Amino acid sequence: MRNIFLFIKKFFVFFLFLLLQVISISILATYNKTHQALFSTASNEVTGWVSQQYNDVEYYFRLKKTNEALAMENSRLRNIITEKWDAPDTTKTARLDSLIRDTLGRIRKFNFLPAKVVNNSVNQQNNYITLFRGAKQGVNTNMAVCGPDGIVGRVVSVSDNYCVVMSILNHYSKVSAMLLHSNYTGIIEWDGSNPAIAELNGIPKSAKVKMGDTVITSNLSGNFPQGILVGTVSGNTIDPTTGFYDLKIKLATNFYTLQFAYLIENTMWTEQKQLEAKPVINP
Amino acid sequence: MSTVLKNIIRFIVFILVQAYILDKIPPIQEYLKPIIYFLFILWLPFNISRPALLLVAFVFGLCMDYFSGTPGLHAAPCVLIAYLRPFILNILLPREIAGTSYVEPSIRSMGFTPYSVYILILTFVHHAYLVLIEWLQFGDFLFFISKVALSTALSLVLILITELLFYRKAKFKTNTA
Repeated sequence: MRNIFLFIKKFFVFFLFLLLQVISISILATYNKTHQALFSTASNEVTGWVSQQYNDVEYYFRLKKTNEALAMENSRLRNIITEKWDAPDTTKTARLDSLIRDTLGRIRKFNFLPAKVVNNSVNQQNNYITLFRGAKQGVNTNMAVCGPDGIVGRVVSVSDNYCVVMSILNHYSKVSAMLLHSNYTGIIEWDGSNPAIAELNGIPKSAKVKMGDTVITSNLSGNFPQGILVGTVSGNTIDPTTGFYDLKIKLATNFYTLQFAYLIENTMWTEQKQLEAKPVINP
Repeated sequence: MSTVLKNIIRFIVFILVQAYILDKIPPIQEYLKPIIYFLFILWLPFNISRPALLLVAFVFGLCMDYFSGTPGLHAAPCVLIAYLRPFILNILLPREIAGTSYVEPSIRSMGFTPYSVYILILTFVHHAYLVLIEWLQFGDFLFFISKVALSTALSLVLILITELLFYRKAKFKTNTA
């Protein structure tokens, strides 16, 4: 017994080194699986606060571009308000109201919550964005996030006032997307090289894909509403070994200048997930 | 200024510089990433005990991780270079100077060549381990080799600039001088 203690004492520094290595690697491993690290709630609050102070300064330099993006979005949205469309018979006007429940029994499925981006990175291999909205404002993990121009990512961890979003520019990010004109569905992934380009995998070569085709979020992705812009096709080579396209997508969102984002809540998310988690009983 | 206070200020400054200046620079090239924060560990005093050095490096790396978003990724390489640092200093330093007359490693206290070798070896080890962890999660061999080589070169340039900009007076320890 005494020899064991002597042995440990002699190599104490080496054992401490091994212990710290094991701790850091295990933190990394668990984080990649669950996105919940040691003290992640407390550290989100602190780093979020520091990032906000930094962003207060940075925000001024981007005011012009941010304003432009928001104005463009406003005009796009105004163009699709039904009041602006004139029916051939002008005695009738169609109206859509924004009640949670309308008289026809339709339910509002997606809620949008605006949020300020306080921290953002583009040059890591796994990029995360911090937003100034948290559990107190009704943010949950797995909520989808889009910007004024297109999709941004998915919420992975929440503290009281901040939330961390895994952006599309992340090796663990997978978003279901489809081609607008042919409805072929694939998965959007990022290879870590260029922050403006993502990949769309799983489109068979029977689909006809031209350069500049629009890619939108698909109806299969639970957290994203269908039809949010992802980007446009900027490279369409066919991989001869698999028979699938190697599609390069130019992302609509400019991650360098992102200042505002919308958190999207799917009000039926829990219901859908509960049903899907139930084992299917075969008669 | 006491050594402890000076190192606490360095701790904060290095993390903020890395998180809010260097990490915000748009990447010119996929493999070229400016990293300088680990210089904090290389600048720690000679006479710090080895367990303390490891713990400081671990806490420093973990703080860096919380700012960059992947906890554990920077902590592991920081602990590794903190573990290797005393061995390399022992080899490079003449016995009579080591830890007796100067407070911390610098060009003045070690001489230009030993100091550059010290910086070069630990920078390379840090980057190799950091990129190795990234590589094991994803990526290919070309990614590993190119990123280690290019990022090490870029870090060495940054360290040189830092040394030139922030001239550190090589302080003698008062009781021996």
